[in-house]
This record gives sequence, C-alpha cells and structure tokens, in this order.
Amino acid sequence: MKPRKLFSFLIATAAILAAGLSWRALAQQPPTNIKIEGTSTVQTVAVTDFRATGAAQQYMALFNATVTADLGASPLIKLVPKTLYPLQVPQSINDLQAGAVPTAHPASGLRLTDWGLAPVNANYLGFGYGAEQGSQFVLFGYFYSTSNAISTLQQAQLVAKPYTGTLDEDGVRRVAHQYAADILAVFGAKSLIGSRIIFVSDRTGSKEIWSMSYDGTDQRQITRYNTISTFPSVSPDGKKLAFTSWLRGRPEIVLFSLESNRRLNFYNQQASMNAFVDFTPDSKQVIFSSTANGGAAQLFTANIDGSGLRRVTASNAIEVEPKINPKTGADIVWVSGRSGMPQIYRMHIDGADAQRLSNGEGEATNPAWAPNGQQIAFAWTKGFEPGNYNIFVMDVTDSSKLVQLTNNEGRNENPSWAPDNVHIAYASKRGRSSQIWTMTADGKDKKQLTTQGSNEKPVWVAASQ
Amino acid sequence: MMKRNVGIALAVIALAITGACKSKPKVTAGPTAPLPQQSGNAPQASSTAPVISFFTAEPTTIESGQPSSLRWAVTGATNVVIDHSVGQVSPNGRRAVYPTETTTYTLTAASAGGQQTASVTVTVATPPPPVQPPVVSKQTWQELIAQLQDLHFEYDKSDVRQEDQATLSADANTLKTIFVNFPNIVVTIEGHCDERGSAEYNIGLGDRRASATKDALISLGVPGDKLKTVSFGKERPLCTDATEDCYLQNRRAHFNAAQ
Repeated sequence: MKPRKLFSFLIATAAILAAGLSWRALAQQPPTNIKIEGTSTVQTVAVTDFRATGAAQQYMALFNATVTADLGASPLIKLVPKTLYPLQVPQSINDLQAGAVPTAHPASGLRLTDWGLAPVNANYLGFGYGAEQGSQFVLFGYFYSTSNAISTLQQAQLVAKPYTGTLDEDGVRRVAHQYAADILAVFGAKSLIGSRIIFVSDRTGSKEIWSMSYDGTDQRQITRYNTISTFPSVSPDGKKLAFTSWLRGRPEIVLFSLESNRRLNFYNQQASMNAFVDFTPDSKQVIFSSTANGGAAQLFTANIDGSGLRRVTASNAIEVEPKINPKTGADIVWVSGRSGMPQIYRMHIDGADAQRLSNGEGEATNPAWAPNGQQIAFAWTKGFEPGNYNIFVMDVTDSSKLVQLTNNEGRNENPSWAPDNVHIAYASKRGRSSQIWTMTADGKDKKQLTTQGSNEKPVWVAASQ
Repeated sequence: MMKRNVGIALAVIALAITGACKSKPKVTAGPTAPLPQQSGNAPQASSTAPVISFFTAEPTTIESGQPSSLRWAVTGATNVVIDHSVGQVSPNGRRAVYPTETTTYTLTAASAGGQQTASVTVTVATPPPPVQPPVVSKQTWQELIAQLQDLHFEYDKSDVRQEDQATLSADANTLKTIFVNFPNIVVTIEGHCDERGSAEYNIGLGDRRASATKDALISLGVPGDKLKTVSFGKERPLCTDATEDCYLQNRRAHFNAAQ
C-alpha cells in the first residue's frame, strides 16, 4: 500500500467508526428541534460534488449525477444550483468548522451557516467523499441541517454513514441510490432499496408471473403454469400474491404465498370469470370482479380465502379493476362501463356514493392508488384514438388536478406506485413488445427495466420487513 | 317279477314327469343290457338293473365358462359314472360343470343286474356380439365444429350484429346437428377482443360476447346445457396488426369443442 493510500485508509477507518457511532446515536435520539412533518414549504438542499481517491475517482461523475437525479426527482426537496455554492466545500466532518455566524467575507464554505445563508440559502447540506478500499468502493456520506438555530455540529448531523459497493458502475450507482434514499428518508420519503416489482412476462412462451428488483436486476420467475397467468396483486403485508389464471380453462383467481412459494386455498365462485383481486390494508379481505351473479362482471368482497361473498355493485355494466384506498381501506376506485366507454369511478367500499372521476372522454382504465391515498395514477386515451393510452395522475378529491406523465412515447399502461410515493412503474409498448419502465410521478427520469419477451402489469412492492 | 315291473313303471312315470317339466334330459329308458339271468344265490340288488330317477342340468344353456349344475338320483346301482371327466359319483348328487362348448353329459349307472344311462346336454351359447356403438370418426364431429363460423362484434359491444344473423342461424343448425349425433360433445364459446381496450376490461367484455352468443343460440333452439362460455379478453389474438381489419377479426366469438 502506498503511503498516500494508507493515509486515506486510516482516515477512512476512523471516519467509519465515528460515523457509525454518531449514526447510531442519531437513530436513538432524533433531533427534536427540526420540524419536518407538517412543513408546507419545500426544503432546499445543497449537495456538493463528491471526490474520491484512487480508482474510485473515475466513477464519481456517475455518483454525483445519480444522487442529483434521485434528489431532483423528489417533490419533497428543491436542489440549489451548484453555481451558487462556495468555492471551498467540506469533504469529511473534520473539515467542518463549528457554527458561529460567519462575519468573514467571502464565506469559507466550511461552516454550515455558509450554506444556510445567501446566496446558497440551503436548509440542508450533503457532502462526503469516496475511496477505493481493497477493490471495493467505499463512500462516506453526510447530511447536515444548516439551521443556525442548532448550536452544535453533532445536533446538526442527520446522516453520517459509510456505504460500500462493488467498484464498478453498478456498485457506484447502487451506493448513490442508497445515499440519496437516506437523504430523502429525512424528509419522510420511503426508501426503495429492497423493494421489488412483480410483473407478467411471456418470455418463456406463456404469460407467467415474475419478480425483479426495483432497478430491473435479479429477474426471477414465480409461476410455471404454462397457461395465461396475469393481473398480479400483492397483499400490503407482502405475504400473498393473487393473480388470474386460466389453469382450469376459465379465468380464475389464484392465491399464492410469497413466503412458501406455494398455492393457497381460494374459493372461486361458480362463474365464467373471477379476476382482478385487490387486498384490504390489513391483508385480511379481498375485492374482485366476478360473473357469479350471472350477468356482466360485478364487484364482490370476500374473506382472504374467497369465503363470505358480498356483492358490491349491482349494474348491467362491466365492473372491473377494483382498487382499495391503501390509506383508509374505506373507499375504492375501479373501472366501469356504466356510462359507455370504460371510465374511472370512486365509491365507498360498501357500494355507496359512486362518482365518476374521469370526465367521460375516451377510455380511462388501470387506476392505481398512490400510497398516500390522495392520488391515483391511471391510463387514459384522452386526446388519442382507442388503444393509445398515456399515464396520468389525478387527485381523487379534485379531479381537475390532473398531470399527464407520458406523451408520444408509445402505449403506456398499468401504472403502479412505488412505496416512496414518488416513483411509478408502468408498461410501455413502443414497437411490438411491451416493456416495464419506471419514472417519477412528474413524468421524469424514465428508465426501461426489462428487455426479454413482452412484459406488462408491474406491481411495485415494498421491501419486506 | 311284480316288484320289478312296478319299479320300471315308477321310473317311466318319473321320467315322464321330468320330461314334462324339462325337455332336455334324455334318459335312455329301459334296460340296454340283456336282462341278467336269474340266480337264486345272487343278492337281490345285484340281480336288479339300477334305476336312474333323474339326471338334470340347470341351467341347460350357459355362456362359456359359466357353471351349470348337474343333478342326479340313482337307485340300485353299484357304480355311477358321468363322462367328460366328471368320473365316478355317488348315487345321489350334484356337480357343477363349466363346459366351454355344448356338451352332452351321460350318466351311466351299473349294477350286476345291468346298466342304465341317461344324458343331458348343456348348451354353451355363443354370447351375442356387444352392441357396437355407431361408428363415429373424430373427423366427423371435428368437421362439423370446423363448419361453425366466428361471430364478430363492434368495438366495446357484445350484441350480435345484424349482418351476423345468418351466420348465427347457420351455427345454430350445425350445433343442433352436433348435439343430436354426438351427445357427449360440449361446445365452448370463447369471447375475444381486439388489442385496444385494457386487458382487464376486455376480460369482462369477452365474457359478455361469449354469453350474448350463447343466449342468441339458445333462443334459436340450441340446448344451453351443452354450451359453455369462456373469456380470453385480448390474450389470444388471431392477428396482431394495428389495422381495423385485424381488430375486427379479433373481436370474435369462437367455437371450440371437447368430447
């Protein structure tokens, strides 16, 4: 080991210990004087460009770009343009100078208040550095409040943590995602690390249920029924997967344990179709669509094993895709043909107070609740010929609050929100096959996750506890 | 001699009764051997010819391998033998036989006074050939199924179109023929959709198309209990082009059959 590398290794080791201790202390005693919940103003954040030693330096541009993209995509914070930053930036916590209000001009950049006051005006500062250690990529990431109401550096510290990954683009990108997720977690955003996307793929020749990591890696086949298995949904406790399969010739509901990878009992009604399961927030009941009444498909609720059937809708129209509000469990959105072409409706889960959310234009379908229970994403042909869907987000209490997330990017369907309430997975057909993509809920940062076969119906599932 | 004459007379009466009741057992009546010469030293029994009271088979007609019960009663015999490997038997008895072809069993009763025989025929009937079901080649019902034509639908609609009424009644007639001639056939009506609607809504729509087709066929006299419905939504398209012609081909009710 060269002396310089040895030096940085020693510093890094010391920093790991220091960071580890202070991080644990922070976890036990969160600073009570920082009010995050209930803040209505968007917090401003500055994050320095990180540098690194040795072979790690070549990946730092990728690291900085990934962190900036992740933070920039979140509606919870606003990034301060880097052109406003002081010339000197801290790299390790040893660089920080304790927080007297600066009187010297220009601001050194090494005091937190240098960042909290004009021209940067950042409420928070992120900094740190990377290193190559034993062919691993190690990053020390910090995140501090710049509030001058906080008197000690210790109190201002919100994140101080070593991250490790493989010394390549994948490893560095993953570390960057983790650091950005830890910063967003300060503002209440859930991390996506460990979350998975359940989806349908025909790459084996028949439609089967698959699962992958939220970034598209680690794609695994779940079912092997060699028929059509589709329309997956996952219980909020993450333990059960439901889908619709033609195993016995007709569309039927299959309940599957994600813990044991085995089929569970589910009583299917004697009907030409039973399909589209969604779970109540307690994972104990289901709602689905069935022709058990003999006419057009209607909505029913039942116990988790299919017993205790209760009819919810009583129309002559096709009623499909019921989705229970994950926050309240009390209201549902679904798709009905009662006014003509399929549209999105909302009502109480017992069937009362049905109201149409989409305005009747074109076809509106595939509603998906945001985890906050306030918004839905859905697919709509508004402004286009039948079949040309785009993804929209709508406030369920004010349908005029409508954002279009895709446009002229093929056929876009099946939106599903990430547990962070920020990202959305969806299926986009650009050419002959459909593929799974992710984007942020404002339509930015679109990434394709699948390439093999045709892939559709993503369902974003939180990391299992 | 009086006693002997009475005995013979009784035997004749017994045979007559047996013969009247059962036509089959043929007893060769009367002594077939020369009357034994009188001998004062010989025991009474041995000087008298045996008497076969009866020798019957029940039933007299069997199928190969089934049992028939031979029964007999003989008096005054020192040796009673039935042929066809039955062998020596007691004067009164029964024995089950399992002939595989029509067989005449002969009972021979012998004594020093002579011998008597009686025969009974067990007829082995050839079982009638099993009733052949009408010979149906699979080709035939499959050909009929192949005659069934798809019905087509307007976009987001499930009612049978006016221009498909002729197809509908032709299909109804074909289905009636199929169900009369092939009672085991059940026909499944598949409802399909084009690729433009959502996959989810199309499952409901395909179900309506299959069910509307079934209702229309029932109204034309097709037995509903022979018709099943299933929706495939847009999961099994016939073609994948983004043209109105292809969309129309895919918006269909299709017939499928299984025995």
